[in-house]
Amino acid sequence: MNYKKYLVLFAITCFGSTGDALLKRGMNDFGPVDLHNVLHVVTALGNPWILIGILSLIVFFASYLIALSWADLSYVLPATALGYVVVTLLGKYFLHENVSALRWLGVMLVSCGVGWVTRGPSLTVPQAPVKEQHEIA
Amino acid sequence: MKSLDLWLAISMIVLASSGGDVLLSAAMKRIGDLNDLRRRRGLIVVVGRVFSEKLFFLALCCFSIGFFSLLTALSWGDASLVAPASASMTFVVSAAMAKVFLKEDVDHRRWVSALLVCVGVAILM
Repeated sequence: MNYKKYLVLFAITCFGSTGDALLKRGMNDFGPVDLHNVLHVVTALGNPWILIGILSLIVFFASYLIALSWADLSYVLPATALGYVVVTLLGKYFLHENVSALRWLGVMLVSCGVGWVTRGPSLTVPQAPVKEQHEIA
Repeated sequence: MKSLDLWLAISMIVLASSGGDVLLSAAMKRIGDLNDLRRRRGLIVVVGRVFSEKLFFLALCCFSIGFFSLLTALSWGDASLVAPASASMTFVVSAAMAKVFLKEDVDHRRWVSALLVCVGVAILM
């Protein structure tokens, strides 16, 4: 793992959670969606928060594809779960939401999981067939 | 009965999104390191390779099924149950599916991480 690869994981974490928070911010401006007039939600695309949110989620998906091209799925998923922590922090400091003590415990557990998995190898090395291993020996 | 329907819908969300992740991972492994490919052949080739990969579109189909299952589950049950239950279980089910279908080396470290994140996310949501 070089610093560029950590940067990709960081991008997944940041752009995914920031995209969600920006969409939420935009939808706060837009107001509740009327189920009898669902198509009206398309006009929300004119909101700059929504547009930046969508751009952010496009960058998130591209980074996710890049990470899966060189790392295991069972590594990438927990390693990028820090996004849930970022969403909580954004909720607290950007959207001024109330974060309970129990949710801070959740933040701690997710952070421990992320820290634990990122210290291990990112990719499963395919093992050579037994016959080939004997030939090499 | 309604509770059973709800848990079936939640299971569908978890299976579809984990299946989508597994298919997406398999598609990207077939193409190879995207950074290397971009350096050697350029960005257009990378985009072309991704969009010509059948598994990529199968993954998108799975994500769509997961999304509509989520909408269905949300119409039957509270978001405070559906969102944490589906998001947290996805980490463990994806690890299991990655071990079975992608033959990934899911060792103790990855299982413990998946469980910690699973419980953490369930509390957070």
